[in-house]
Amino acid sequence: MKEFKHVIADPMGMHARPAGMLVKAVASYASTVTITAPTGKADAKRLMALMRLAAKQGMELTVTVEGPDEDKAAAEIQAFLAANL
Amino acid sequence: MKTGFGLPVFPGVAIGPAVVYRKTERALPVSSGDPKVEQAKFDAARETAREQLSALYEKAKVELGEEKAAIVEVQMLMLEDLDYLDGVAAAIEGGAAAAMAALDTGEEFAQVFAAMDDEYMNARSADIRDMSRRIYDILCGNAGFQLPEGSFLLVAEDLAPSETIQLPRDRILAFVTRQGSSSSHTAILARTLNIPSLVQANISLEEAEDCEILAVDGFTGSWYMDPDQETLAVLKEKQAEAAADRAALESYRGRESVTKSGKKLLLCANIGCPEDAEAALAADAEGVGLMRSEFLYLGRDNLPTEDELFEAYKKVAETMGSRPVVIRTLDIGADKQVSYMGLDQEENPALGLRGLRICLTREDIFRPQLRAIYRASAYGNLSVMFPMVASVWELKAAKDLCARVRSELEAEGIPTREVPIGVMVETPAAAVLARELAKEAAFFSVGTNDLTQYTLAVDRQNAKLGQFYDPYHPALLALLAQIAQAANEAGIWAGICGELGADPKMTERFIAMGYTELSMAPGRILETRKIVCESEA
Repeated sequence: MKEFKHVIADPMGMHARPAGMLVKAVASYASTVTITAPTGKADAKRLMALMRLAAKQGMELTVTVEGPDEDKAAAEIQAFLAANL
Repeated sequence: MKTGFGLPVFPGVAIGPAVVYRKTERALPVSSGDPKVEQAKFDAARETAREQLSALYEKAKVELGEEKAAIVEVQMLMLEDLDYLDGVAAAIEGGAAAAMAALDTGEEFAQVFAAMDDEYMNARSADIRDMSRRIYDILCGNAGFQLPEGSFLLVAEDLAPSETIQLPRDRILAFVTRQGSSSSHTAILARTLNIPSLVQANISLEEAEDCEILAVDGFTGSWYMDPDQETLAVLKEKQAEAAADRAALESYRGRESVTKSGKKLLLCANIGCPEDAEAALAADAEGVGLMRSEFLYLGRDNLPTEDELFEAYKKVAETMGSRPVVIRTLDIGADKQVSYMGLDQEENPALGLRGLRICLTREDIFRPQLRAIYRASAYGNLSVMFPMVASVWELKAAKDLCARVRSELEAEGIPTREVPIGVMVETPAAAVLARELAKEAAFFSVGTNDLTQYTLAVDRQNAKLGQFYDPYHPALLALLAQIAQAANEAGIWAGICGELGADPKMTERFIAMGYTELSMAPGRILETRKIVCESEA
């Protein structure tokens, strides 16, 4: 299992667009990706679940990746979050 | 070529493609009883929705820019959401029809988002509803109401005010409805927009959907589907003649409306929304004699705020400058219903809680409107009038509230001006009591449509009663004379703001009765001015 943290930099927080892009990116991995915010926990393959976190700018997300391609997935998701959220 | 007739409500000729507007009511598909079949139907509909949205996305990106297109993109993403898909699958497994599973699951999620403590997420509930509604519509065999590019003639069974308000008015060449009457709202809108239109037309919606070209002759009341060359040539010639006639009236632009004997008339426009004020000026209106304020309340699902109303009134006041603008306060009820006000369904809405009656019982609705009017009064020349007055006490009560609202605003340091308060005379009671009301009112404006309906006890929405709806009925003419006389005696002005205001047969008569203001569809002003200027009265 891989785990890392990301603080939301986007002033709009986890709004629909980055959430949607994240879902699309995560869909290609065999691993299970879970995002934990102070407001709750969501499967990163599920858009509405992610949106329901209503995660805001400045909140810290904990991302856990577990599965056969977890190393690659964790690295790429970390890069994605840094670039888009 | 196929041809037929309707009742023309505005003269002119229109030729172009037909668009059929259908109400979104249809039979719900029942479940086949086999969850596998329903799931397959849902999957296929989702694929179609995906294609529609992706086409819409491309179009929006080009026409509206990336930012607006992102709204469509969000819906495309939601369409893929596993929670939504799981929810639908579970509902189908539980025996629901595909269409209902799509709609109900969407609604569940929409409610979750609507209840979140986050404004942005609250607004996403509309996206979810829109997305699931799209799948539902596809499953119900409804492709949605698609408008073509460019101008078109709109064909419908009938059109409600809330439906016409959502239409792109600058692209409509004509209305053709199977129902309606010459005083229905479609007819009023046609006259505001100056477009030839037919009501009570014997036209088939199915055939109209299939025809390439539809032509409407608003002079004779004829319609033609795919007219042959000969007919088309005749119609085009008529169209050119009508344009020439309008051009001839241009010599009356900018002139005063004065009869040969020197009686001065004020020719004003009836408008329905702030944008119409531009049309009123373009038509050379000398003021706005009737602003139907209820249109600011239609086509939405909550009450407009005081600020929204203020902005709308301010815009009209500023557009018209020193020219007078008469705002009629909210006249909801009867044929104009809004669900969000929580009014009861009535057996007899024309005689029900409408007009000033709602306002006097619902101060939460009336007060913001009056505040908005007084706030906007500082920006132009505003008057206000109340609809459906039947008793002197109603006028007094409304005036009291006006006075309180004004002093409140003054206390808050918000500038206001004196706003003359008048009565829209449209109940027989108000006509009979004109002398009493004239003591309290700054002016009278007669709503001839409702006054005719109530005096003759003839429902103006009922197409079958056309021959009984007689605006020249002697009883009505007697009331009209009495109203003007009472106004003249009291030294206040009286005008006409119903459809009769633009009736060339009545112009001289109104002048003789003592009316000094006529308010009408903007397109009728120049021709009425011609009649006034040529009159000996």
